[in-house]
Amino acid sequence: MLRRSVKKPSVLAIFLTFLEIGAISFGGGVVAYLREYLVRKKKWFDDVEFLEITSISNTLPGLNATNIAILGGDRLAGWAGASAAMLGMCLPAFIFMVLAGIVYSQSSARPLATAALRGVAAAATGLLAATWFKIGKRSLHGFYDAFFVLAAVLGINYFKWGVPITLLAVGALAIFTYRPQPAEAKPAHEEDEWIHSLH
Amino acid sequence: MDTLAALARVFAYLSFLTIGGGMAAYPEMKVQVVQVHRWLTNPQLVHIYSTGQMSPGPNMMMVAQIGQIVSGFPGAVVCALAFFVPTGILTFGIGRLWKKLEHWPWRVSIQKGLAPVAIGLAIGGLITFGRTSLTGWLTLVIGFATFAAVARTKINPVFFILGAGVIGVFALR
Repeated sequence: MLRRSVKKPSVLAIFLTFLEIGAISFGGGVVAYLREYLVRKKKWFDDVEFLEITSISNTLPGLNATNIAILGGDRLAGWAGASAAMLGMCLPAFIFMVLAGIVYSQSSARPLATAALRGVAAAATGLLAATWFKIGKRSLHGFYDAFFVLAAVLGINYFKWGVPITLLAVGALAIFTYRPQPAEAKPAHEEDEWIHSLH
Repeated sequence: MDTLAALARVFAYLSFLTIGGGMAAYPEMKVQVVQVHRWLTNPQLVHIYSTGQMSPGPNMMMVAQIGQIVSGFPGAVVCALAFFVPTGILTFGIGRLWKKLEHWPWRVSIQKGLAPVAIGLAIGGLITFGRTSLTGWLTLVIGFATFAAVARTKINPVFFILGAGVIGVFALR
């Protein structure tokens, strides 16, 4: 906690900072934008605390961008800070999406919009695949990880179990496989590696 | 009113399936939005989901666009609140408990176990998604070119997405 600033920011400052991040973070990778602002520019968190927040966010349902906003906002200014950060993060995207919905609903724009969106959807598929390819390359280790990835894919696309059942079944099996071992030598070290592997 | 209540139920439910990211919930979103409630066709859902990749902030705010199309502005508000508030409260609560959970041995097990499952669910979602988005040689070329470009360069992907939209206007009508 060496570089942690002494002065806590106001709720308004938190809202405006997250509003800015929420408005400029085009192209995915919101976490990188968050780090740039919260750690480098504002110095509200140091790298260790930011990594901790990110790793909590990864385990919970909900998206990284909004989970980090909530956890970060709470640490800065309690529930008011969490709400301000969340609202700031979401507002620009909400306005963007309402406008997109209005355009999409207009029948005159339909054929052109549909043609454009066919291209956009193809590129989005490539982008999403690349994003998950990078995450997988960094964070998957060993036979069990590969097995659980495959089990989840087969559960969704081959056995058609649906998301809730696949998540519960494969998730429970995976958590049980990685259950606490009584005589584990260096769990803290391994966990650090895992956290770093997410970045 | 019934539609708004259904939107709230469906999107609150879907939000709890977004382990690791929105793509994990996509196959179930398709079931609910396309098959059960018939709010959108399958290609419409794929197109709207894709606009999330052009937006700043959380990509999954595209749920507000679904609400806007199905039920106008109140629909957009309901979808956004249903999708982001319940999981937000959960995150807030667990964040507060974190100091106590820090030394709970199962916490590491949950983190390690869910990491590969989240990746598997995302790949499963992408396969479901790609079956609709990648049809025909041009979309396949766009998809693979974007994958290669994003995986190998540091150029902001939003440019590839916008470029693909322009190609679509001229070549995918």
